Amino acid sequence: MGDHFPRGKTAVAGAATFGVGEAPGFSAMEIAARATQLALGDAGIALSEVDGLFIALPDDLFGALSFAQYLGIHPRFTDNNRAGGASFMSHLVTAVMMLDAGYLDCAVIAYGANQRSSGGKLSTPARADRWDGPYAPMYPLSFYALAAARHMHAFGTTREHMAEVAVAARAWANTNPEAFAKGPLTIADCLAARMISTPISVRDCCLVTDGGAAMVLVRSDRARDCPQPPVPILGAAAATWYNSLSQAEDATITAAAESGPRAMAMAGVTPAEIDVVQVYDAFTINTILFLEDLGFCAKGEGGSFVADGRIAPGGALAVNTNGGGLSCCHPGMYGMFAMVEAVRQMRRQAANQIDGAQLALAHGNGGTLSAQATVIFGASDTI
Amino acid sequence: MTGAAQLWDEALAAGKLLLQRPVCGGAALFPPREFAPGTGEELEWIEASGRGTVYSVTWIQRRPPEAPYNVVLIDLDEGARMMGRVEHVTPDTLAIGMAVQARIAEGPLVVFDVVPAGER
Repeated sequence: MGDHFPRGKTAVAGAATFGVGEAPGFSAMEIAARATQLALGDAGIALSEVDGLFIALPDDLFGALSFAQYLGIHPRFTDNNRAGGASFMSHLVTAVMMLDAGYLDCAVIAYGANQRSSGGKLSTPARADRWDGPYAPMYPLSFYALAAARHMHAFGTTREHMAEVAVAARAWANTNPEAFAKGPLTIADCLAARMISTPISVRDCCLVTDGGAAMVLVRSDRARDCPQPPVPILGAAAATWYNSLSQAEDATITAAAESGPRAMAMAGVTPAEIDVVQVYDAFTINTILFLEDLGFCAKGEGGSFVADGRIAPGGALAVNTNGGGLSCCHPGMYGMFAMVEAVRQMRRQAANQIDGAQLALAHGNGGTLSAQATVIFGASDTI
Repeated sequence: MTGAAQLWDEALAAGKLLLQRPVCGGAALFPPREFAPGTGEELEWIEASGRGTVYSVTWIQRRPPEAPYNVVLIDLDEGARMMGRVEHVTPDTLAIGMAVQARIAEGPLVVFDVVPAGER
């Protein structure tokens, strides 16, 4: 046993975002609550029907309890899983299994943060541990920098390759009304950007925005009666190999190399069949690492894979079609937005819709490349 | 009774860089643990040679005139990896793959010096 997954038995019936970009005057909880209200409206499901709550908030360790109180409901089950930006994909795994088992009937996964309006920098209670901390690495940035430097050393990946990721994300954002960062961005702009922790410059970093998102999950028979096209969940897997990147066996290989193949095996699909890919691009190196680890190219070839606009609009593979954390939004834990964009693509409602897309992959990352979780969504006519 | 982390701290304060390894063999490990990760086997303490190799490096920029400082990952010869800092180097004189030697600096804190080519 292990990795038994109820392929297609559950579906996303509602999805929404709220306050993407700037939401001055709103608390994280208020943003999450508004996103939940919109997602429930989208699903045509009443708040009183929600019996499972899954949430990770930036600074509330008992987030789901506070959220239940705020919403005024008495859920059968709450989950505050904190795997950083991969939390929400992990929430989804639990929610799907509980829905399929009949323990829950309607699960909400939600997130909200106001880090742009409240402080202007990444809001996280996480920090380097006692073994790494004395050397004053920037948390989490320097850990990604160490992985990037090693990837460059091992495979000849360049800053130009990393810049390609940022430029592609911006190109997608430029035609997404919801995206926060718009305007021209060139490889030269990225290479000239202020260095922060070598080889990561400010243009290799995700945004600092506000924003929230929520999804409503039900069993597929119920989803078919909801107003929106149901988005079946075909596979989902989480993997953790360490917390601090300093303890990675190989800093160029993440646990996405486990979560991706497991999720795709559950779904019965291969990387070549995936039409749209949404990965958590906290830093440009992430996209390169995850495209390799998820099997879209061989280990070490991520740099050349993203070169020449191959993941930009019109390229060989549609990656982060909303503009990603680099140019759409990044309220601190982006995973939720990767899933909502995948859902929009499967419903044929995305701002940058990929024609005929039947399979979408959403990949979350948390900590210092630590927590990895992958979800495969289908379109309503995929199964 | 003392946990492994505190024992390591006490040894460092006494001027020793300790590592652990499984009693039945295998690579050394760091940070200290109560038992071998993955297997649960019993561990023994060994004193590290302090020899290592730079696995990765990042230079953290600061507002001038403050100079950038480095944060490195070091592969110790015994098989463990740890975060660290290499002293008396610049971005031009520190690279992945270089040989380094651990030293216990004030703090106490384990720091590293580059071993000149040919001295190892």
